[in-house]
Amino acid sequence: MSAISIKDARAADRRAFPIVIVGHVDHGKSTLVGRLLHDTDSLPDGKLEQLRAVSEKRNLAFEWSFVLDALQVERDQGITVDVTQIWFRTAQRRYVIIDAPGHKEFLKNMVTGASRAHGAVLVVDGKLGVSEQTRRHAYLLHLLGVAQVAVAVNKMDLVDHDQHRFAEVEGEIAAYLNEIGIRPRAVVPVSARHGDNIATRSTAMPWYGGPTLTQALDGLARRLSPIDAPLCLPVQDVYRLDDRRVIVGRIESGQVSVGDAVRLSPTGRRARVASIEAWNRHEPRRTAGAGDSVALALDEDVFAQRGHLLTSQDSAPVASHAVAVRVFWFDETPLHAGRRLRARYGTANVDVTAAAIEQVIDVETLASGPATQVERNGVAEIVLRSTQPFYLDTFADNPRSGRGVLVSDYKVVGGFIVERVLQRSSRSVVAVQASVARAEREKRNGHRGAVLWLTGLSGSGKSTIANGVLRRLFDEGWQVQILDGDNVRDGLNADLGFTREDRAENLRRTAHVARLMAESGVIVLAALISPYARDRAEARQIIGEDFHEVYVRADIDLCRQRDPKGLYRLAASGEVTAFTGVSAPYEAPVQADIVLDTTAEAAARSIEALVAFVEERCSLGRHDRHGGWGAVLT
Amino acid sequence: MDDLDWLEAESIYILRETYSRIDRIAMLWSLGKDSNVMIWLARKAFLGRVPFPVMHLDTGLEFPETYAFRDRYVREWNLDLIADACPPIEEIDPTLPPNSRLAARKTAGLKQALAKYGFGGIIAGIRRDEQATRAKERVFSPRRSDGEWDFRDQPPEFWNLYNAEFPPGTHVRVHPLLHWTELDIWRYIRRESIPVVPLYFASNGKRFRSLGEIGITFPIDSNARDIDAIVAELETIRTPERAGRAMDHDSEDAFERLRVAGYM
Repeated sequence: MSAISIKDARAADRRAFPIVIVGHVDHGKSTLVGRLLHDTDSLPDGKLEQLRAVSEKRNLAFEWSFVLDALQVERDQGITVDVTQIWFRTAQRRYVIIDAPGHKEFLKNMVTGASRAHGAVLVVDGKLGVSEQTRRHAYLLHLLGVAQVAVAVNKMDLVDHDQHRFAEVEGEIAAYLNEIGIRPRAVVPVSARHGDNIATRSTAMPWYGGPTLTQALDGLARRLSPIDAPLCLPVQDVYRLDDRRVIVGRIESGQVSVGDAVRLSPTGRRARVASIEAWNRHEPRRTAGAGDSVALALDEDVFAQRGHLLTSQDSAPVASHAVAVRVFWFDETPLHAGRRLRARYGTANVDVTAAAIEQVIDVETLASGPATQVERNGVAEIVLRSTQPFYLDTFADNPRSGRGVLVSDYKVVGGFIVERVLQRSSRSVVAVQASVARAEREKRNGHRGAVLWLTGLSGSGKSTIANGVLRRLFDEGWQVQILDGDNVRDGLNADLGFTREDRAENLRRTAHVARLMAESGVIVLAALISPYARDRAEARQIIGEDFHEVYVRADIDLCRQRDPKGLYRLAASGEVTAFTGVSAPYEAPVQADIVLDTTAEAAARSIEALVAFVEERCSLGRHDRHGGWGAVLT
Repeated sequence: MDDLDWLEAESIYILRETYSRIDRIAMLWSLGKDSNVMIWLARKAFLGRVPFPVMHLDTGLEFPETYAFRDRYVREWNLDLIADACPPIEEIDPTLPPNSRLAARKTAGLKQALAKYGFGGIIAGIRRDEQATRAKERVFSPRRSDGEWDFRDQPPEFWNLYNAEFPPGTHVRVHPLLHWTELDIWRYIRRESIPVVPLYFASNGKRFRSLGEIGITFPIDSNARDIDAIVAELETIRTPERAGRAMDHDSEDAFERLRVAGYM
């Protein structure tokens, strides 16, 4: 471990140090950046001359901010629209600066820049002093976890380089920063326009003995990779590699080695890491740490999917159904209690309700008080609630697993950090309540409830197989029913078409129905094309461990030949659009529980195979079905 | 992890997010150094294979060496290549300056492909340090159905929690190399031994630093005959990378106009 840490620290200096420049509009951020580039000799040859020429052509006095305001519209409007990233270098190291705008309505862009930054320069106008956005930006730095801050008190030439005025502004900003827990590394009096105390010491302010701005920057410390924290790997996806499945994702914190015992949440399945897979490496990897994108093969073929969390066995995450978060809200529509949103953290995507607005924080005075809504660009403490479990830490414990974004109607409407984890799941109570009724039903039936989700192209034989299995199991005394895609679309889902969104909704509703039926002890044969892997994954998430994916595989040419409903003919002529396999994709399952290859096998053999599968997975033993002791259910 | 490991891991994460979250994606393969790095990263992300089509927007005006490179590596890397011809110059906005008008054929070719194949996401190898307009980009950058880029109203990107879902009719440009620099690209090519079109290496005192079509791409003075020499050259060079791309210099705002209309 120490070997990695030392290597990491050495290598870190080659990576550009990302900083963000924030502060109130017109306090001189862009000017400061332009000057910084020039004074560190970081501009491309000809750039300055080109901009001077353009200014002359347009009859404008040259401004240092033109260096960054490269978009024509920006020069026309005189404001920086968005985050730009520009590289420069001091004697110490390389930097990438993100010029964050100060205009209030562009706050979401400032956040975009600052959430990548390791350090920040807060620019304050020496004449005007601390203003509303100075405080708001500082507060956002605090929320985003950017604690390495240098303050530039700008435009000192406009106050005659006055030491007392500087001391006033310094005192004002330091007091505010201290209150939100930021200790500035330096407060530097500068004049960006003239280059005073940017990269060279000013002769106009001999009373100042502290660092220049570049010296202050060189003193900012890089945020360390949380390699010593507990392992946290949000599952991004599962790929098939030869015959094995590999779990892929980026390690948020901690590290993992071949042989380590790991645990998946929420399933609780455990396994050991068999290998860390990689393409085009000379020697196999044995260890990976925070920041690495990995592909893990486990020694057991445990089920995993996007949104699950892989941790070490002894640091399993805590599940909860409510968290208190500090939110920064961007939407034009103010946030009210009761609003339904989606929360995204790691690779998880959870439906939530903003259950309560606890208090709204006034970033000017730092006072907090009760409120009924959160305005655009406001900060508040709210409670998020969900029926699905959250696996979130507090931001203080682990920033990487204690933060998220809120999404509504395809838009990111806010970001949050977790203050407190409330209402831990007491899953044992829920399990007992649910299993009593269900176990009784299953004992009487002699089999478990389950969903057999048959996916495959139109004409692959899903309905034929499902009907064959239905007849066989029914005749043997099983509780069994079919949910056929076409029939569901006739009633429950009659309002849905075949767009990408409608297909997803069709499957979501069908999955909920299937789940209710399985919970009442029934074997559900759900026959739906379900072409998208993501939608099937959501169905699996809704239904849980009762879900069994059955891939009915058939060659597209064979399906076209069979064409039992005449749909391929209509698709070919264009009368039916977005037809799976012809004009819309089919994503074949990579981890189906059983594959029925109807290209090679007659329907009767596929029916046999599926009946055998159901009997093996769901039967509680033939004699049990007639009133004997039921097997212990897990 | 060194700095290249870090960039590699971040790009792999972005490529895997794209593959998991967006239906019907394709990667733009301009045949230049950046897009070769991008294909290499995709092979790393997906453990050897590229699980989506790669698309060359073919104007018919690439250098012969570029076509030879394409024909060789489409086989060696086992790529699913789409190489439809871009619409002819006559169909392009005649108010654009001449060189930009040539370049805009690629935009038209991309729009044509989006309509034909229905891609929901296009992965493109642009970098922030290439050009000021590209510095404004997001990693996941939504485009309206007409392909236009609304740079005034871009979504926020928090940490690595990218938004990849957008309203129907929107397509997404994904930029896995956004935070790489030109120097990073060459150091990575050297580390990984990634093949590139030989025009990047100097002969007779000239080499191409940025590769585009014949007639609107010009070489720079250079004696850098191998990757080590290119890396050494870039550590001291003071001219912009795209100085040899004529369409950037037609007029002050030419490249911005191209990009707002959907150019990469």
